Amino acid sequence: MPKFVELWVYLSATPLFGLTATLVVYLLAQALYTRLDQAPWANPVLWTVIVLAGGLLATDVPYPTYFAGAQFIHFLLGPAVVALAWPLWQRRQELRQRWPRLLLAALAGGVVASGSAFLLAWLMGLPPEVSLSLIPKSVTAPVAMGIAEKIGGIPALAAVFAVITGLVGALTGRYLFDALGISTDPEGWAARGFALGTASHGIGAARALQVNADAGAYAGLALGLQVVLASLLIPLAFRLL
Amino acid sequence: MLALHGMAWLLALQSLGELLARGLHLPLPGPVIGMLLLLLALRWSVVRDPVAACANVLLSNLSLLFVPVGVGVMTHISLVSQYGLRMLAVVVLSTVAGLVVTVLTLHWLRDRSTGSAEDDLHA
Repeated sequence: MPKFVELWVYLSATPLFGLTATLVVYLLAQALYTRLDQAPWANPVLWTVIVLAGGLLATDVPYPTYFAGAQFIHFLLGPAVVALAWPLWQRRQELRQRWPRLLLAALAGGVVASGSAFLLAWLMGLPPEVSLSLIPKSVTAPVAMGIAEKIGGIPALAAVFAVITGLVGALTGRYLFDALGISTDPEGWAARGFALGTASHGIGAARALQVNADAGAYAGLALGLQVVLASLLIPLAFRLL
Repeated sequence: MLALHGMAWLLALQSLGELLARGLHLPLPGPVIGMLLLLLALRWSVVRDPVAACANVLLSNLSLLFVPVGVGVMTHISLVSQYGLRMLAVVVLSTVAGLVVTVLTLHWLRDRSTGSAEDDLHA
Protein backbone atom coordinates (compact mmCIF):
# COMPACT_ATOMS: atom_id res chain seq x y z
CA MET A 1 0.00 0.00 0.00
CA PRO A 2 2.68 2.64 0.87
CA LYS A 3 4.32 1.85 -2.50
CA PHE A 4 1.06 2.70 -4.24
CA VAL A 5 0.67 5.92 -2.27
CA GLU A 6 4.20 7.01 -3.23
CA LEU A 7 3.53 6.20 -6.83
CA TRP A 8 0.25 8.16 -6.77
CA VAL A 9 1.93 11.17 -5.16
CA TYR A 10 4.58 11.12 -7.89
CA LEU A 11 2.19 10.56 -10.79
CA SER A 12 -0.45 13.06 -9.67
CA ALA A 13 2.20 15.80 -9.54
CA THR A 14 3.40 15.46 -13.16
CA PRO A 15 1.74 17.22 -16.11
CA LEU A 16 1.33 13.78 -17.66
CA PHE A 17 -1.39 12.99 -15.11
CA GLY A 18 -3.69 15.93 -15.87
CA LEU A 19 -3.45 15.40 -19.61
CA THR A 20 -3.96 11.62 -19.47
CA ALA A 21 -6.83 11.82 -16.98
CA THR A 22 -8.65 14.42 -19.09
CA LEU A 23 -8.33 12.43 -22.31
CA VAL A 24 -9.14 9.01 -20.83
CA VAL A 25 -12.15 10.15 -18.78
CA TYR A 26 -13.49 12.14 -21.74
CA LEU A 27 -13.15 9.17 -24.12
CA LEU A 28 -14.94 6.90 -21.66
CA ALA A 29 -17.72 9.47 -21.20
CA GLN A 30 -17.94 9.81 -24.99
CA ALA A 31 -18.27 6.03 -25.39
CA LEU A 32 -21.03 5.94 -22.78
CA TYR A 33 -22.79 8.86 -24.49
CA THR A 34 -22.74 6.99 -27.83
CA ARG A 35 -24.02 3.82 -26.19
CA LEU A 36 -26.90 5.77 -24.60
CA ASP A 37 -27.99 7.06 -28.05
CA GLN A 38 -26.60 10.53 -27.29
CA ALA A 39 -29.20 11.25 -24.63
CA PRO A 40 -28.79 14.93 -23.60
CA TRP A 41 -28.37 14.10 -19.89
CA ALA A 42 -25.41 11.81 -20.71
CA ASN A 43 -23.43 14.81 -22.03
CA PRO A 44 -19.73 13.83 -22.05
CA VAL A 45 -18.43 17.24 -20.86
CA LEU A 46 -20.80 17.22 -17.87
CA TRP A 47 -19.74 13.76 -16.70
CA THR A 48 -16.03 14.29 -17.42
CA VAL A 49 -16.06 17.46 -15.32
CA ILE A 50 -17.97 15.77 -12.48
CA VAL A 51 -15.66 12.73 -12.43
CA LEU A 52 -12.44 14.77 -12.66
CA ALA A 53 -13.41 17.52 -10.18
CA GLY A 54 -14.79 14.90 -7.77
CA GLY A 55 -11.69 12.74 -8.13
CA LEU A 56 -9.30 15.66 -7.60
CA LEU A 57 -11.19 16.86 -4.51
CA ALA A 58 -11.31 13.32 -3.09
CA THR A 59 -7.56 12.74 -3.58
CA ASP A 60 -6.53 16.29 -2.52
CA VAL A 61 -4.81 17.04 -5.82
CA PRO A 62 -4.89 20.86 -6.23
CA TYR A 63 -6.36 22.32 -9.42
CA PRO A 64 -3.08 23.99 -10.56
CA THR A 65 -1.37 20.57 -10.50
CA TYR A 66 -4.12 19.15 -12.69
CA PHE A 67 -4.08 22.18 -14.97
CA ALA A 68 -0.31 21.83 -15.53
CA GLY A 69 -1.20 18.88 -17.74
CA ALA A 70 -4.69 19.88 -18.89
CA GLN A 71 -3.40 23.22 -20.21
CA PHE A 72 -2.23 21.46 -23.38
CA ILE A 73 -5.85 20.72 -24.19
CA HIS A 74 -7.02 24.14 -22.94
CA PHE A 75 -4.49 25.81 -25.23
CA LEU A 76 -6.28 24.44 -28.31
CA LEU A 77 -9.30 26.66 -27.59
CA GLY A 78 -7.44 29.57 -29.24
CA PRO A 79 -6.82 27.85 -32.61
CA ALA A 80 -10.36 26.37 -32.35
CA VAL A 81 -11.83 29.89 -32.21
CA VAL A 82 -9.76 30.81 -35.31
CA ALA A 83 -10.97 27.59 -37.00
CA LEU A 84 -14.59 28.75 -36.60
CA ALA A 85 -14.00 30.77 -39.77
CA TRP A 86 -14.22 27.48 -41.69
CA PRO A 87 -17.95 26.70 -41.08
CA LEU A 88 -18.70 30.40 -41.67
CA TRP A 89 -16.86 30.35 -44.99
CA GLN A 90 -18.57 27.12 -46.09
CA ARG A 91 -21.98 28.78 -45.62
CA ARG A 92 -20.98 32.17 -47.03
CA GLN A 93 -23.64 32.12 -49.75
CA GLU A 94 -26.53 31.43 -47.37
CA LEU A 95 -25.01 33.94 -45.00
CA ARG A 96 -25.01 36.60 -47.69
CA GLN A 97 -28.73 35.97 -48.34
CA ARG A 98 -29.87 35.66 -44.76
CA TRP A 99 -27.55 37.94 -42.82
CA PRO A 100 -30.15 40.54 -41.74
CA ARG A 101 -32.35 38.03 -39.94
CA LEU A 102 -29.41 36.03 -38.57
CA LEU A 103 -27.80 39.18 -37.21
CA LEU A 104 -31.12 40.24 -35.68
CA ALA A 105 -31.59 36.81 -34.05
CA ALA A 106 -28.00 36.79 -32.74
CA LEU A 107 -28.41 40.28 -31.28
CA ALA A 108 -31.80 39.54 -29.72
CA GLY A 109 -30.67 36.22 -28.24
CA GLY A 110 -27.36 37.59 -26.97
CA VAL A 111 -28.90 40.67 -25.36
CA VAL A 112 -31.68 38.64 -23.71
CA ALA A 113 -29.25 35.97 -22.41
CA SER A 114 -26.78 38.50 -20.94
CA GLY A 115 -29.39 41.00 -19.77
CA SER A 116 -31.62 38.43 -18.08
CA ALA A 117 -28.60 36.83 -16.37
CA PHE A 118 -27.50 40.17 -14.91
CA LEU A 119 -31.04 41.14 -13.90
CA LEU A 120 -31.82 37.78 -12.27
CA ALA A 121 -28.48 37.75 -10.44
CA TRP A 122 -29.23 41.22 -9.09
CA LEU A 123 -32.78 40.23 -8.07
CA MET A 124 -31.49 37.12 -6.28
CA GLY A 125 -28.94 39.17 -4.36
CA LEU A 126 -25.76 37.61 -5.75
CA PRO A 127 -22.49 39.52 -5.05
CA PRO A 128 -21.62 42.10 -7.77
CA GLU A 129 -18.48 40.27 -8.97
CA VAL A 130 -20.57 37.12 -9.47
CA SER A 131 -23.29 39.05 -11.35
CA LEU A 132 -20.66 40.63 -13.61
CA SER A 133 -19.08 37.22 -14.28
CA LEU A 134 -22.50 35.98 -15.42
CA ILE A 135 -22.88 38.56 -18.22
CA PRO A 136 -20.57 36.99 -20.88
CA LYS A 137 -21.77 33.44 -20.12
CA SER A 138 -23.23 32.75 -23.58
CA VAL A 139 -19.86 33.32 -25.26
CA THR A 140 -17.29 30.54 -25.63
CA ALA A 141 -15.17 30.14 -22.44
CA PRO A 142 -11.82 31.74 -23.47
CA VAL A 143 -13.59 34.83 -24.81
CA ALA A 144 -15.96 34.99 -21.80
CA MET A 145 -12.90 35.13 -19.53
CA GLY A 146 -11.49 38.11 -21.44
CA ILE A 147 -14.80 39.99 -21.37
CA ALA A 148 -15.35 39.31 -17.64
CA GLU A 149 -11.90 40.71 -16.89
CA LYS A 150 -12.71 43.89 -18.80
CA ILE A 151 -15.98 44.58 -16.95
CA GLY A 152 -14.80 43.69 -13.43
CA GLY A 153 -15.91 40.07 -13.08
CA ILE A 154 -13.83 37.02 -12.10
CA PRO A 155 -12.39 35.35 -15.26
CA ALA A 156 -12.23 31.82 -13.82
CA LEU A 157 -15.81 32.05 -12.57
CA ALA A 158 -16.95 33.42 -15.95
CA ALA A 159 -15.37 30.40 -17.65
CA VAL A 160 -17.22 28.01 -15.34
CA PHE A 161 -20.52 29.85 -15.96
CA ALA A 162 -19.87 29.60 -19.70
CA VAL A 163 -19.33 25.85 -19.45
CA ILE A 164 -22.51 25.37 -17.36
CA THR A 165 -24.44 27.55 -19.83
CA GLY A 166 -23.22 25.35 -22.66
CA LEU A 167 -24.36 22.26 -20.82
CA VAL A 168 -27.80 23.74 -20.05
CA GLY A 169 -28.27 24.48 -23.76
CA ALA A 170 -27.09 21.01 -24.81
CA LEU A 171 -29.36 19.39 -22.20
CA THR A 172 -32.56 21.41 -22.71
CA GLY A 173 -32.39 22.46 -26.38
CA ARG A 174 -34.19 19.54 -27.93
CA TYR A 175 -37.11 19.56 -25.46
CA LEU A 176 -37.46 23.32 -25.66
CA PHE A 177 -37.50 23.45 -29.47
CA ASP A 178 -39.96 20.54 -29.68
CA ALA A 179 -42.25 22.27 -27.17
CA LEU A 180 -42.12 25.49 -29.23
CA GLY A 181 -43.06 23.53 -32.36
CA ILE A 182 -39.87 24.29 -34.30
CA SER A 183 -39.86 21.98 -37.34
CA THR A 184 -37.19 19.42 -38.25
CA ASP A 185 -36.84 20.39 -41.93
CA PRO A 186 -33.54 21.99 -43.05
CA GLU A 187 -34.71 25.46 -42.07
CA GLY A 188 -35.96 24.26 -38.68
CA TRP A 189 -32.62 22.54 -38.06
CA ALA A 190 -30.82 25.74 -39.04
CA ALA A 191 -32.90 27.73 -36.52
CA ARG A 192 -32.33 25.12 -33.77
CA GLY A 193 -28.58 25.07 -34.40
CA PHE A 194 -28.35 28.84 -34.60
CA ALA A 195 -30.14 29.22 -31.25
CA LEU A 196 -27.85 26.64 -29.61
CA GLY A 197 -24.73 28.40 -30.90
CA THR A 198 -26.05 31.82 -29.82
CA ALA A 199 -27.15 30.95 -26.27
CA SER A 200 -24.79 28.09 -25.41
CA HIS A 201 -21.68 28.53 -27.62
CA GLY A 202 -19.25 25.63 -28.30
CA ILE A 203 -20.88 23.01 -26.10
CA GLY A 204 -24.30 23.70 -27.63
CA ALA A 205 -22.64 23.71 -31.06
CA ALA A 206 -20.93 20.37 -30.37
CA ARG A 207 -24.33 18.93 -29.46
CA ALA A 208 -25.94 20.41 -32.59
CA LEU A 209 -23.12 19.01 -34.75
CA GLN A 210 -23.80 15.50 -33.44
CA VAL A 211 -27.52 15.72 -34.07
CA ASN A 212 -27.69 17.28 -37.55
CA ALA A 213 -25.21 18.71 -40.08
CA ASP A 214 -27.30 21.82 -40.89
CA ALA A 215 -27.82 22.50 -37.19
CA GLY A 216 -24.09 22.08 -36.58
CA ALA A 217 -23.07 24.49 -39.32
CA TYR A 218 -25.49 27.17 -38.14
CA ALA A 219 -24.42 26.63 -34.54
CA GLY A 220 -20.80 27.24 -35.56
CA LEU A 221 -21.87 30.35 -37.43
CA ALA A 222 -23.89 31.64 -34.46
CA LEU A 223 -21.06 30.99 -32.05
CA GLY A 224 -18.62 32.93 -34.23
CA LEU A 225 -21.09 35.79 -34.58
CA GLN A 226 -21.76 35.85 -30.83
CA VAL A 227 -18.02 36.01 -30.10
CA VAL A 228 -17.66 39.11 -32.29
CA LEU A 229 -20.87 40.80 -31.06
CA ALA A 230 -20.26 40.12 -27.35
CA SER A 231 -16.61 41.18 -27.31
CA LEU A 232 -17.57 44.43 -29.04
CA LEU A 233 -20.90 45.25 -27.36
CA ILE A 234 -20.60 44.11 -23.71
CA PRO A 235 -17.54 46.28 -22.85
CA LEU A 236 -19.08 49.13 -24.88
CA ALA A 237 -22.36 48.89 -22.94
CA PHE A 238 -20.39 49.12 -19.68
CA ARG A 239 -18.47 52.17 -20.84
CA LEU A 240 -21.73 53.94 -21.69
CA LEU A 241 -23.68 53.00 -18.54
CA MET B 1 0.58 16.23 -42.61
CA LEU B 2 -2.11 18.40 -44.18
CA ALA B 3 -3.78 18.86 -40.78
CA LEU B 4 -0.43 19.86 -39.27
CA HIS B 5 -0.01 22.41 -42.03
CA GLY B 6 -3.49 23.70 -41.18
CA MET B 7 -2.57 23.95 -37.49
CA ALA B 8 0.39 26.14 -38.48
CA TRP B 9 -1.98 28.49 -40.32
CA LEU B 10 -4.38 28.62 -37.36
CA LEU B 11 -1.58 29.39 -34.89
CA ALA B 12 0.03 31.94 -37.21
CA LEU B 13 -3.29 33.77 -37.66
CA GLN B 14 -4.00 33.63 -33.92
CA SER B 15 -0.55 35.15 -33.26
CA LEU B 16 -1.16 37.85 -35.84
CA GLY B 17 -4.54 38.47 -34.18
CA GLU B 18 -2.89 38.83 -30.75
CA LEU B 19 -0.31 41.22 -32.20
CA LEU B 20 -2.98 43.38 -33.84
CA ALA B 21 -5.20 43.33 -30.73
CA ARG B 22 -2.37 44.46 -28.47
CA GLY B 23 -0.61 46.77 -30.90
CA LEU B 24 -3.73 48.63 -32.03
CA HIS B 25 -5.66 48.28 -28.73
CA LEU B 26 -8.56 46.65 -30.55
CA PRO B 27 -11.56 45.68 -28.38
CA LEU B 28 -11.61 42.13 -29.86
CA PRO B 29 -9.64 39.17 -28.41
CA GLY B 30 -6.69 37.90 -30.49
CA PRO B 31 -8.29 34.59 -31.59
CA VAL B 32 -11.40 36.47 -32.80
CA ILE B 33 -9.27 38.76 -34.98
CA GLY B 34 -7.49 35.58 -36.16
CA MET B 35 -10.88 34.14 -37.11
CA LEU B 36 -11.79 37.27 -39.11
CA LEU B 37 -8.37 37.19 -40.85
CA LEU B 38 -8.85 33.50 -41.69
CA LEU B 39 -12.28 34.30 -43.14
CA LEU B 40 -10.52 36.62 -45.60
CA ALA B 41 -7.65 34.18 -46.27
CA LEU B 42 -9.86 31.14 -47.04
CA ARG B 43 -10.31 32.32 -50.64
CA TRP B 44 -6.78 30.97 -51.34
CA SER B 45 -6.47 27.19 -51.64
CA VAL B 46 -2.98 27.19 -50.02
CA VAL B 47 -4.79 28.21 -46.86
CA ARG B 48 -8.16 26.55 -47.46
CA ASP B 49 -7.16 22.90 -48.00
CA PRO B 50 -4.91 22.45 -44.95
CA VAL B 51 -7.18 24.56 -42.70
CA ALA B 52 -10.21 22.46 -43.70
CA ALA B 53 -8.43 19.26 -42.66
CA CYS B 54 -7.36 20.71 -39.31
CA ALA B 55 -10.59 22.60 -38.54
CA ASN B 56 -12.68 19.46 -38.97
CA VAL B 57 -10.59 17.57 -36.40
CA LEU B 58 -10.53 20.49 -33.98
CA LEU B 59 -14.21 21.41 -34.24
CA SER B 60 -15.55 17.85 -34.09
CA ASN B 61 -13.78 17.46 -30.71
CA LEU B 62 -14.66 20.96 -29.55
CA SER B 63 -16.41 19.88 -26.35
CA LEU B 64 -13.24 18.19 -25.01
CA LEU B 65 -11.49 21.57 -25.03
CA PHE B 66 -13.88 22.91 -22.36
CA VAL B 67 -13.08 20.20 -19.82
CA PRO B 68 -9.96 21.80 -18.19
CA VAL B 69 -11.83 25.08 -17.55
CA GLY B 70 -14.94 23.23 -16.38
CA VAL B 71 -12.95 21.27 -13.78
CA GLY B 72 -11.96 24.72 -12.43
CA VAL B 73 -15.37 24.76 -10.72
CA MET B 74 -13.61 22.96 -7.86
CA THR B 75 -11.60 26.09 -7.01
CA HIS B 76 -14.82 28.02 -6.36
CA ILE B 77 -16.38 25.43 -4.11
CA SER B 78 -17.01 27.99 -1.31
CA LEU B 79 -18.88 30.35 -3.67
CA VAL B 80 -20.72 27.34 -5.08
CA SER B 81 -21.79 26.03 -1.68
CA GLN B 82 -22.97 29.50 -0.63
CA TYR B 83 -24.70 30.66 -3.84
CA GLY B 84 -24.76 27.45 -5.91
CA LEU B 85 -28.51 27.06 -6.30
CA ARG B 86 -29.10 30.72 -7.07
CA MET B 87 -26.23 30.79 -9.59
CA LEU B 88 -27.58 27.65 -11.25
CA ALA B 89 -31.09 29.15 -11.38
CA VAL B 90 -29.74 32.30 -13.05
CA VAL B 91 -27.74 30.30 -15.60
CA VAL B 92 -30.61 27.95 -16.45
CA LEU B 93 -33.28 30.66 -16.74
CA SER B 94 -31.15 33.09 -18.77
CA THR B 95 -29.94 30.33 -21.10
CA VAL B 96 -33.49 29.14 -21.74
CA ALA B 97 -34.54 32.77 -22.36
CA GLY B 98 -31.68 33.20 -24.84
CA LEU B 99 -32.51 29.96 -26.68
CA VAL B 100 -36.23 30.78 -26.91
CA VAL B 101 -35.74 34.36 -28.11
CA THR B 102 -33.18 33.34 -30.77
CA VAL B 103 -35.16 30.43 -32.16
CA LEU B 104 -38.47 32.35 -32.16
CA THR B 105 -36.88 35.37 -33.87
CA LEU B 106 -35.72 33.10 -36.70
CA HIS B 107 -39.06 31.26 -36.71
CA TRP B 108 -41.09 34.47 -37.10
CA LEU B 109 -38.83 35.89 -39.77
CA ARG B 110 -38.97 32.58 -41.61
CA ASP B 111 -42.77 32.35 -41.52
CA ARG B 112 -43.14 35.72 -43.17
CA SER B 113 -40.67 34.99 -45.96
CA THR B 114 -41.80 31.41 -46.74
CA GLY B 115 -45.43 32.59 -46.43
CA SER B 116 -44.94 35.20 -49.12
CA ALA B 117 -43.10 32.66 -51.29
CA GLU B 118 -46.12 30.36 -51.05
CA ASP B 119 -48.46 33.25 -51.84
CA ASP B 120 -46.41 33.94 -54.94
CA LEU B 121 -46.82 30.31 -56.02
CA HIS B 122 -50.58 30.38 -55.49
CA ALA B 123 -51.03 33.75 -57.19
